[in-house]
Amino acid sequence: MKETPLSNCERRFLLRAVQERKRLDGRQCYDYRNVRISFGADYGCCIVELGKTRVLGQVSCELVPPKPNRATEGILFFNLELSPMAAPAFEPGRQSELLVKLNRLIERCLRNSKCIDTESLCVVAGEKVWQIRVDLHLLNHDGNIIDAASIAGIVALCHFRRPDVSVQGEEVTVYTPEERDPVPLSIHHMPVCVSFAFFQQGTYLLVDPSEREERVMDGLLVIAMNKHREICTIQSSGGIMLLKDQVLRCSKITAVKVAEITELIQKALENDQKVRKEGGKFGFAESIPNQKITAFKMERAAVDTKDVEEQAEEIITKADPPSEVFTKPILHTRGTAQIGEGIENAWGDLEESEREEAAEEEGETDATAFECQKMEMEDTSIMNETEKDEPIVLSDSEEEEVVILEPQDTPKKTRTQTNLKQENTSKKTFNKKRKKKRATH
Amino acid sequence: MAARGVPAEACVGQVVLPGDVLLLPAHPDEDAERLRLGASAAPRGRLLCGPGLRRSGAGLLVTKCGLLRHRQAGGGAAAGGAFWVDSQQKRYVPVKGDHVIGIVTAKAGDVFKVDVGGSEQASLSYLAFEGATKRNRPNVQVGDLIYGQFLVANKDMEPEMVCIDSSGRASGMGVIGQDGFLFKVSLGLIRNRQDV
Repeated sequence: MKETPLSNCERRFLLRAVQERKRLDGRQCYDYRNVRISFGADYGCCIVELGKTRVLGQVSCELVPPKPNRATEGILFFNLELSPMAAPAFEPGRQSELLVKLNRLIERCLRNSKCIDTESLCVVAGEKVWQIRVDLHLLNHDGNIIDAASIAGIVALCHFRRPDVSVQGEEVTVYTPEERDPVPLSIHHMPVCVSFAFFQQGTYLLVDPSEREERVMDGLLVIAMNKHREICTIQSSGGIMLLKDQVLRCSKITAVKVAEITELIQKALENDQKVRKEGGKFGFAESIPNQKITAFKMERAAVDTKDVEEQAEEIITKADPPSEVFTKPILHTRGTAQIGEGIENAWGDLEESEREEAAEEEGETDATAFECQKMEMEDTSIMNETEKDEPIVLSDSEEEEVVILEPQDTPKKTRTQTNLKQENTSKKTFNKKRKKKRATH
Repeated sequence: MAARGVPAEACVGQVVLPGDVLLLPAHPDEDAERLRLGASAAPRGRLLCGPGLRRSGAGLLVTKCGLLRHRQAGGGAAAGGAFWVDSQQKRYVPVKGDHVIGIVTAKAGDVFKVDVGGSEQASLSYLAFEGATKRNRPNVQVGDLIYGQFLVANKDMEPEMVCIDSSGRASGMGVIGQDGFLFKVSLGLIRNRQDV
């Protein structure tokens, strides 16, 4: 299925929010979302939730012949899958760029860092070694897959127990879990990935981007580090140019975050260990809370309302006052009423623009217009005088005024008028006259 | 069929499950023998069978679980009352007459493709805006938000939407302004707000 497109207003809003150092879920720029680790009933199975992003990790092992050029080392195999459950855009069986990139990052982070002692996985040199397979499934995509996946991977490896093996001469005995307790893997250190999203060519940065923030970011920097402050992997994608001190700052932030996450992982592992030893209930069924559908329940998000009042006042003072609403009808004559002014008459516009065009052609704009008006005023005064003496002929013609476009030449104007009242000839009166005329007719 | 149905009025406001049969109230004046002399409103009981219900024989068969709702017979033409089931659903299915906000994904000749959250993208003709003519095209870019209503929406065809109402006026529909933010809420909340 095609991905839901990101609308322009969402993009604008998110970028503006980043500029004001605000995030949609109320976090600070360097805050991580809540990390929740839960274990399954089997050893080596865990689910890591980073906010709403969920990754399931499962570790399994198998005895296989080793690689020819590495006869005494075990084999590690990592596989991350983007399940269609996670987002409608993920289709099964389609190898997308994102998938390849994530898989490579996980491999570099967990295999190339030598966090697992592969020599200890050797059973019989050259013949039998353990192949440890780590399967990571993305169950829900809400941004920052790589962090959640790396945590799931290392937690699953720490949690896993492989069957105990004893070698006596040529004989190799693999004990079942009932015969001898399974043995944990030998893990040197725990690398964890931390992602940084950059906006505006590196000016603004956010830690642990959510899905919306990922869509509008310029570039991504991923640093994998362990709690001893050793960088295991570092990768920058998106093509942004980062300055040296930006990268250094990010690595310092990573050190802090990784320390916190590692502590969380240790605590989770210890808790699970304790529960299993005491014989209590363990597994996913216990750790998944009873979620009932409640219509009005929602998680509280802290909202910063420091300067809300000032902003509101600013908006109110700057806004235009609401336009006057005509509620009372104006009664012209019996049976004809008018509410409001209506839209501007387009015909009137046409004549005005023609007159202006003609005036501009002659090269004088304001002066001519003013003269026009002056001349009309003069004419009206002349008309007034003649009114009193001679009888007025009211013409039945529909045309109100014949305006001559070159007022400088002819002083006289012929005008047919049906109204005795004289007003200044502006555009509005044009319309008012027309309306009044219609009323009388 | 073994189980007898329950009268529909008795279940209004209660939870019904798929497979329940609801009996419709029998009309008192459906006596075939006697001819009526005065003019009585011919199909008085034209009942509207809403979402989650299906006609089966003399009654209604429930196909979704939820609360049964009923609207009384309104005045005017056809309404003989309506029954429907209010159910929770995550996926949106376009329905004719629904007002929706969509995101423009493509311009294909004379038609915009709009993503409305359903299985298919809706098509919106550029003439379906207020004051739009062949010369005067509306100013719509890819990624803009559109508020419109569905003209055609059934499960077999791609839905069509328009941004004018039946009298040709926009009445609030059209391209939504540039500032602001779009967020998703649950369908249940929208249905609640619609009734208010």
